[in-house]
Amino acid sequence: MKLSSVKELEDLRKKIQSRRDPDKPCIAVCGGPGCLAKQCLQVRDEFIKEISAKGLKNNVDIRTTGCHGYCERGPIALIFPQGIFYQRLSIDDVAEIVDNTIINNKIVPRLLYSDVEAKQVIEKENDIPFYKKQTRLILGNNSMIDPHSIEDYLAIGGYSALGKVLGSMKSFEVLEDIKKSGLRGRGGGGFHTGRKWESTRDAPGDIKYVICNADEGDPGAFMDRSILEGNPHSVLEGMIIGAYTIGSSEGYVYVRNEYPLALKNVTFAIKQARELGLLGNNILGSGFSFDVKVNRGGGAFVCGESTALMASLEGKPGEPRAKYIHTSEKGLWDKPSNLNNVETWANVPMIINKGSEWYSGIGTESSKGTKVFSLVGKINNTGLVEVPMGMTLREIIFDIGGGIPGGKAFKAVQTGGPSGGCIPEEHLDIPVDYERLTEVGSMMGSGGMIVMDEDTCMVDLAKYFTNFLEEESCGKCVPCREGLRRMGEILKDITQGKGSMEDLLLIEDLAGMLKDASLCGLGITAANPVMSTLKYFRDEYVAHITDHKCPAGVCRELITYGIDPDNCTGCGLCKKNCPPEAISGERKQTHVLDTEKCIKCGICYDVCKFDAVRKE
Amino acid sequence: MKIDESKLDSIIKNYNNEQGSLISILQDIQAEYQYLPREALDHVAKSLKIPRVQVFGVATFFKTFSLKPKGKQLIHVCMGTACHVRGSKMVLEELERKLGIKAGDTTQDNEYTLETVNCVGACALGPVVVKNEEYRGLMTPIKVESLLGTKKAKR
Repeated sequence: MKLSSVKELEDLRKKIQSRRDPDKPCIAVCGGPGCLAKQCLQVRDEFIKEISAKGLKNNVDIRTTGCHGYCERGPIALIFPQGIFYQRLSIDDVAEIVDNTIINNKIVPRLLYSDVEAKQVIEKENDIPFYKKQTRLILGNNSMIDPHSIEDYLAIGGYSALGKVLGSMKSFEVLEDIKKSGLRGRGGGGFHTGRKWESTRDAPGDIKYVICNADEGDPGAFMDRSILEGNPHSVLEGMIIGAYTIGSSEGYVYVRNEYPLALKNVTFAIKQARELGLLGNNILGSGFSFDVKVNRGGGAFVCGESTALMASLEGKPGEPRAKYIHTSEKGLWDKPSNLNNVETWANVPMIINKGSEWYSGIGTESSKGTKVFSLVGKINNTGLVEVPMGMTLREIIFDIGGGIPGGKAFKAVQTGGPSGGCIPEEHLDIPVDYERLTEVGSMMGSGGMIVMDEDTCMVDLAKYFTNFLEEESCGKCVPCREGLRRMGEILKDITQGKGSMEDLLLIEDLAGMLKDASLCGLGITAANPVMSTLKYFRDEYVAHITDHKCPAGVCRELITYGIDPDNCTGCGLCKKNCPPEAISGERKQTHVLDTEKCIKCGICYDVCKFDAVRKE
Repeated sequence: MKIDESKLDSIIKNYNNEQGSLISILQDIQAEYQYLPREALDHVAKSLKIPRVQVFGVATFFKTFSLKPKGKQLIHVCMGTACHVRGSKMVLEELERKLGIKAGDTTQDNEYTLETVNCVGACALGPVVVKNEEYRGLMTPIKVESLLGTKKAKR
């Protein structure tokens, strides 16, 4: 069925909503990447089996949804209409939930979230500390939607912004709304979305493209993946509105090949939207036509850069080009092109629906709305968090993230991916917005937030990012290709205790050269991880160079392993697992480690249950 | 290697012989053969009427493509930042020791190919290893043995 007017769309929505009973029990099982890895689909299948075994098939809905955010507690299921949050589920818990909660409306306390400090269990999602401080405008809908059901999206008001735009707004009015909202790009640069749209809109030419960048390459970030997997229609709706505003009839979604589920869900969503006439010719009878194609990325980090991405869309190697010709004038196939990332597009429908004034009321002076972060690394509550711009890093890491596990000390938080920097404790109280993060030597980036504790070596981390970028550099410009290689060699020397203090000056020189002379953003920002660690953790560099010590105990050449005779019980576990057979000792006798044979793989340190293996 | 040209032609036809779809075409061919046979690349260049150098350029630029055949079982070790700070390097090294190969290589019996990947987006569970598309989270070197199963588990 193709909808031929806005009225038909609204009629369909009313029909769908009227068929739905808000009191009908629904089990929403999180199918996000974290829960999937924890076998949530087996839990879901068990629910399906149990519900049919109890003859409740027609009385209970079971929905597999996108990411709920709290990956640490997966597999997660939300039970509606009550909104009960069950966590860390296994298939053995399913029958109990069905018997108690679904049939007898009783709670199963042992499966609820328990608050260690308050010594209480918490029933509802929004009362859990992890969720309490969040504003989940984008992610919140994930639990209400089966990503394969356009009806679910329509039921919660989906495509109503598109209806409003096509039914009652001129394209310049949409543009004004987006400009006034203050929305800025969520992919890295933070450019004003409205201004970007405007320049493509004003560029001469009949054929224009809109592109969704879903090539989420920042290691440690999975926000875009979860939006595209969990709520693909919100991204499409944003793109259609953008295309209408800009005057484009063709769009592309460029998805990472490493995200097969995102690829599948967005492809399916496009098909459904076409069937309803929300994509294609004469959308909702408005005379406006637009369609979207999906392209898979090839696993190149540099393709997150807009000109490289466009080259890749043309079937060429993903090499960026100099930016003196703007993509808004000559982008894909040399036509005016507008590229935004997944999260940016997903913001558009709600700005249209709730108004630019409402949207610009959220956030700080220069950064509006909410931002999704992937809070990972050495943190208790790993997962996706969505907060209003302007919340402090401390609130995000300690109130929402629950702090550092194992009583370890916080050392730094890395934001902005390989182009970003490490922020130390002393700056934890800055409000998170585009400018403040840049001021402290990092950047917003796409939203990765990797927390590090005392066991993370900052020199090793700088080396990690430099090696990453060296490998991902496309090799087109010399400063990036050669500069990163030399930088990597210097850092390698330092982590092996072969560095000198002059090396630090050389690093600074190289960093300046990379910034001034590189062709694209990858090289220009490539020194940020090194420079920020050098600025805030210079003492760690010095310890490697002058004392030949790695304070965090990470850099292999600078540590030795040994067994503490006071703690060793002679259990033999380390001996059994030692790859080079460097550990000897009789059962129940103190073991001895031969440092000559030791390859410093760290396995003994990991397996010892008695804290008897020491790193020095 | 002998390749089935009609199979290649049907893949190319799916994309209307468009030069711009080169990456998608190569991805579909790789899905078929698990790698990109040289002969297939030659055929694609001819069919799309583009120079071989462009086809090989694309095939070697993107990490997703392999010009070498792969083993029956694929093991991807995530080297993303979240996995890195939680010790993914130690997991990779243990896999390299147990399999007797380096990352990027295939065991002699063609059983395993070991590769690294920049980030699989399951950061909350780091370190993550993906074995034949199955995600294993919170990996440690000691869990490598059970990941590999009985085969190759002996030191």
